[in-house]
Amino acid sequence: MIEARGLTKRFGKVTAVTNLTFDVLPGKVTGFLGPNGSGKSTTMSMIMGLNHPNAGTVTVAGRRYHDLRWPLREVGGLLEARAIHPGRSAYVHLWSLAQYNDIRRSRVDEVLEIVGLTSVAKKRVGKFSLGMGQRLGIAAALLGDPGVILLDEPANGLDPEGIRWMRTLCKSLASEGRTVFISSHLMAEMALTADQLVVIGKGRLIAEMPVGEFVARSSSQNYRVRVGNNAPFVSAAVQAGGEVVNDGDALKVSGLDATALGDLALSLGVAVYELTPLASLEDAFMELTSNSVEYHGAA
Amino acid sequence: MSAIADAPTAFEVTEPSGRAGLTQAVRAEWTKFWSVRSTAWSLFALVVATLGLGALSTNALAGQRFAEFDPVRRILVGFNFGQFAIGVLGVLFISAEFGTGQIRSTLAALPRRRDVLGAKAIVLGVVSLIVGEVLSFATFFLGDAILSGSRTPVAIGDPGIVRVLVESGVYLALMALIGLGFGAIIRNSAGSISTFAGLVLILTLIIGAMPLAIVNAVSRYLPANIGATVFAVSTPGRLSGTPVFSPIMGLLVLALYALILLASGSYLMTRRDT
Repeated sequence: MIEARGLTKRFGKVTAVTNLTFDVLPGKVTGFLGPNGSGKSTTMSMIMGLNHPNAGTVTVAGRRYHDLRWPLREVGGLLEARAIHPGRSAYVHLWSLAQYNDIRRSRVDEVLEIVGLTSVAKKRVGKFSLGMGQRLGIAAALLGDPGVILLDEPANGLDPEGIRWMRTLCKSLASEGRTVFISSHLMAEMALTADQLVVIGKGRLIAEMPVGEFVARSSSQNYRVRVGNNAPFVSAAVQAGGEVVNDGDALKVSGLDATALGDLALSLGVAVYELTPLASLEDAFMELTSNSVEYHGAA
Repeated sequence: MSAIADAPTAFEVTEPSGRAGLTQAVRAEWTKFWSVRSTAWSLFALVVATLGLGALSTNALAGQRFAEFDPVRRILVGFNFGQFAIGVLGVLFISAEFGTGQIRSTLAALPRRRDVLGAKAIVLGVVSLIVGEVLSFATFFLGDAILSGSRTPVAIGDPGIVRVLVESGVYLALMALIGLGFGAIIRNSAGSISTFAGLVLILTLIIGAMPLAIVNAVSRYLPANIGATVFAVSTPGRLSGTPVFSPIMGLLVLALYALILLASGSYLMTRRDT
């Protein structure tokens, strides 16, 4: 469990995070969503005690990070910038981290196995590809078998197979009752991985809700429709409260859901060739975040 | 699967009693110290400087027609250069962590900055002391072998020699810790190494160019001058005419520098973002 209360962080005159309050609950994958530069990494750093907030508090498992007795056994973190000395091997890097928290040596082999780096364990980290570095960071996060896992942009540098692996891993960690908090600027990835979302823009909280609700709210708006006879369908749709635009060989309809549009076509006796939900999650996400200042700027 | 997700069992972390602290950090830092190439390079440079320059200088002395007043000063001449190598070792032990981002992994594993820096100081101090002592005695015996049969014979049993060799090793260890302190404060490798070199070398030159009153008042506090008194048997209390500390007093001053720098570094690491 992570509890952020009124977190605020300034760098000089720039306020990176403003009065951020949210909870991350155990047993779920919570996505931390926001455009680049919205304050995700800064917030992650504050959770891990690496950046000091100017105001507010954040606790992990009920304590400030600094007060955790065995930090790696409570919290595993993958930090965005690769936080590893390139001259050491993956094995030695993990073993030194394990020693800080009295973690048994065999655990190093286990986590290398989990992330699939066993064969390159003795290789210098500087020679690793971005994806391998990312896997090593995930191995470090799993080292202490922690109850809380923070992954900052874990999909960065992973190939599609790696992304799917990471998604499965996150879900299985959450199903074991762990708190899993992953940041991303990719809405589509979050929609597949997360159960819950914390959305921020320009350092402020925009939304905190289940992914299902976010999806339902955002994807019911626009449809691409192709019908046998445009004219009666368009006038009926407008009359029913919809908005219709010509979009090449099809119509773009908003304001009516798929059921209403289908019923409408049936009542007119017009053939429906295509009825596709249009608004992507990205669109909804971008709309939400680009408006963040307008919605919250006065606070 | 969804049934599990709907009703997750609370996850229990397994933790030993106590808490992560200095003991754990010393073990981890020991592993980290020996697993980067810069450690080997710095120690290699130190060996070349002390043994190599010592042998060259002593060899020149062996061919001289007149006996040298203080042959140990000639044997240990390489220590004046070796202190840069050990200083770089100390700087890089922490500045490389800031430079590579490794410090974030380190502080995530052990958020108590004082324990992290303290563990580094212990590991670096112990290694530097052992290496320094081994090298001072090794350099002496090498010089002893070169000078045997010359006009300037020395023996380990001669008055003051063991004391000089022990103190020379201590000097190197303290310079390593001063390097570590600069690294913790400045964080940038190049900047820290420049500052260290400036303290040892350039500051000495600058002070030397000052009016005599300033030279007499200040030069005894300069690390290089403390070193010059430590690496010699004959310490008449003056170095090139200016008053200097006794070797023991000089080493205590140096230890105070190291302590102040490390305490400042620890304080800054606690206060600053990482």
